Amino acid sequence: MSGFDKVVGSYEEAMAGLEDNMTVIAGGFGLCGIPENLIKEIKRKGTKGLTVVSNNAGVDGKGLGILLEDRQIRKMVSSYVGENALFEQQMMSGELEVELTPQGTLAEKMRAGGAGIPAFFTATGYGTPVGEGKEVREFDGRHYILEESIVGDFSIGKAWKADRYGNLVFRRTARNFNPGAITAGKIAVVEVEEIVEPGELDPDEIHLPGIYVNRLIKGTFEKTIEQRTVRSA
Amino acid sequence: MALTREQLAQRVSQEFQDGFYVNLGIGIPTLAANYIPDDMEVMLQSENGLLGMGPFPTEDEVDADLINAGKQTVTMATGAALFDSAESFAMIRGGHVDLTVLGAFEVDVQGNIASYMIPGKLIKGMGGAMDLVAGADNIIVVMTHASKHGDSKLLKECTLPLTGKGCIKRVLTDLALLDIEDGKFILRERAPGVSVEDIAALTEGELVIPDNVPEMQL
Repeated sequence: MSGFDKVVGSYEEAMAGLEDNMTVIAGGFGLCGIPENLIKEIKRKGTKGLTVVSNNAGVDGKGLGILLEDRQIRKMVSSYVGENALFEQQMMSGELEVELTPQGTLAEKMRAGGAGIPAFFTATGYGTPVGEGKEVREFDGRHYILEESIVGDFSIGKAWKADRYGNLVFRRTARNFNPGAITAGKIAVVEVEEIVEPGELDPDEIHLPGIYVNRLIKGTFEKTIEQRTVRSA
Repeated sequence: MALTREQLAQRVSQEFQDGFYVNLGIGIPTLAANYIPDDMEVMLQSENGLLGMGPFPTEDEVDADLINAGKQTVTMATGAALFDSAESFAMIRGGHVDLTVLGAFEVDVQGNIASYMIPGKLIKGMGGAMDLVAGADNIIVVMTHASKHGDSKLLKECTLPLTGKGCIKRVLTDLALLDIEDGKFILRERAPGVSVEDIAALTEGELVIPDNVPEMQL
């Protein structure tokens, strides 16, 4: 099948064309909804000098954390980077450049990048280190800083279900940064738990249309829980 | 006596109103969810994409795809909605959240807040805090009044990198509830058994003490 069929046969094919020094935008929040097998494929490929845009950087040995082991990441753009000792060590030693970006600004940078909007004004970060060196404008008596959007050479995302055309359905809070990340990649690669035939998903239930998706693959997932917190029944 | 974590959460919950959408930060603010009065409807927003956060799951209900902003497993309340991060921050930045409760390292009399970084020591990042303080009108900062070494955290001017500028109007500490108005802290309530003098001694920024400063009702 060809045409709108986005399904690829292997993870190698899914990440084909990723080269050293490229920018990769990744979905996920903590370890929830991360494209864990696509990250493993980047590790396997050994691509180096990457700029990775992701809310978090995984934890030691999980998620994007595994790309730090062989020093594949040159720069991280993230809002929160705790819970990762190797990350902290590489950041402190200067091996890893980190651009801390407020979470909402990061989400909007991806959304705007995917929507063809090169920059936007936001009050977030005005008067803080995040605002330093950025253009400030006043609207209606409030100060806003100019933030540039992000477009990646690749984006990697994880959804719950897809049809072969790449129409996506996410599940619970595993949606998080995935739609934004996927739209902002020149080549958007998505892995899912289930692929159905076109027509099987109700068009009303599709969270992200397949037009944003270039490559689709079905994977199996560990889905590591970072903070398992329960109450007694 | 200084308030315990549970008492801080209890006092925060008194700021809830029926029909409020509330974002609770990680730590003590999250505990405030345990004190929502039974006759009140409050919807909790979790910035990773959930409006209508329920209690922690039972062992059987644990779902790796359903977590809160602290990465803890959670459940959904009746009437919950799920969305992506851009949508989540549209509701935050757009001023649609009625109340935001978050922690801090320092606040000052200009309503500045520092909460995300201690240069050379702690660099974990701001997460959603910068967006929350910039987007919300109604914010309560919850923190201890002074450091372990007895240094005030209610300052003339924040010393750490700022999370937000001129955005904080109310602070709850383990000793007192204070408002920030016109470059001053106004003492509104004191923790049970804590004297006005104790609070004044640990407040570096200018403190206005009204004639009557009631004890908190917990």
